[in-house]
Amino acid sequence: MMSDTFNIDGQEIPFTPGQSVMQAALTAGVFIPHLCYHPEFRPHGSCKLCTVKVNGRPASSCTLPAAAGMEVESNTPEILDKRRSLLQMLLVEGNHFCPSCEKSGNCQLQALGYELEVFTPHFNQFYPNRPVDASHPDILLDLNRCILCELCIRASAEVDGKNVFSLSGRGITKHLIVNAESGKLGDTDFALTDKAAQVCPVGVILPKRIGFAVPIGQRHYDAAPFSAHVDEFKPTAASQGERS
Amino acid sequence: MNAPRKLKVATASLAGCFGCHMSFLDIDERLLDLLELIEFDRTPLTDIKHVGANGPVDIGIIEGGVCNAENVHVLRDFRANCKILISLGACSVNGGLPAQRNHLDLRDILKAVYSTDTGLASGTQVPNDAELPLTLNMVHPLHEVVKIDYFIPGCPPSGDAIWKFLTDLLAGQTPHLGHGLIHYD
Repeated sequence: MMSDTFNIDGQEIPFTPGQSVMQAALTAGVFIPHLCYHPEFRPHGSCKLCTVKVNGRPASSCTLPAAAGMEVESNTPEILDKRRSLLQMLLVEGNHFCPSCEKSGNCQLQALGYELEVFTPHFNQFYPNRPVDASHPDILLDLNRCILCELCIRASAEVDGKNVFSLSGRGITKHLIVNAESGKLGDTDFALTDKAAQVCPVGVILPKRIGFAVPIGQRHYDAAPFSAHVDEFKPTAASQGERS
Repeated sequence: MNAPRKLKVATASLAGCFGCHMSFLDIDERLLDLLELIEFDRTPLTDIKHVGANGPVDIGIIEGGVCNAENVHVLRDFRANCKILISLGACSVNGGLPAQRNHLDLRDILKAVYSTDTGLASGTQVPNDAELPLTLNMVHPLHEVVKIDYFIPGCPPSGDAIWKFLTDLLAGQTPHLGHGLIHYD
């Protein structure tokens, strides 16, 4: 089955037909930065953190089907610089104040910032005025940190069958909305057990009353950097089957 | 042979809490090693009032963002007198906690604190004295006001992170903070 290979930064990566460059890389234990990718969902290709150069042209590794003989550049100074700029743009577009965020240490945006040594947001801060929705009894919705990865939207629609979330607006006005007449999460059938409550890579969807149950310093990305968690992102049989 | 000239270092806290300065002191006895290499110009530890008053400064280190007119003045003074300017800590890097007022109207905040809040003495008004620096509408990170050469994020950055960064810099190499030293919180 595994007969074909392609090449990432000089390393031969085997793949099965239908696998994306990202899936094959993760299966082989090679980390490619990502935020909107999740092993249980179809690729989205929106965050562009997984951008690589394939035969000299940039592409999103999560949406690009692997093909035999590809020459992929990932950990090059040029690509890493582009990924840093993307992270910096995400950081200034929202309100990302890690010292007061309960997701700190469990946040993929933060962990990627550490991984890529992003010391500064570099650009001018937007400081947008975004609401916090505390109407749900079990879940806090803090839109200040939303990066529009659509994982909660995908999870609620595809797994939970509830369609609780959606995006509204275009361009810089695009934002996450809640599917209720009032726009409040408390007026939906959203539940803590929903898949959509488990997939937020940043600190938007937060279960209430457990904020600091695990202390800072003992959290998911404290012991080892994001790239060392590559096994958690390996594709599942189900996610591979979803690709055509 | 003469020992190499000691580098001059100046520090200041703008819209910060002095936590980063406390963390700087957390390098503990390594301060003695550091003092073999540097001498202090204006800092809260000396009593020098103006940065660069005794000649050009090699490294300026600033904690806290910019929240009032005096902060802008001090920051520009540092930039004009320091060869290398370092932004130290979350507030100087992205505005931090003080910047969380940025989506609120300044007039409303001042009114809430000085005239409508409970427990105020009768007749309390929003302070308005020429001695007081004017508050800015928004809190800004340093790099939005002047060119910053290096950034050390963290609330506060640990003593170890500050030590690693400074020793890399003093050794003439690009500072790196590996996993465990780089922190935004």
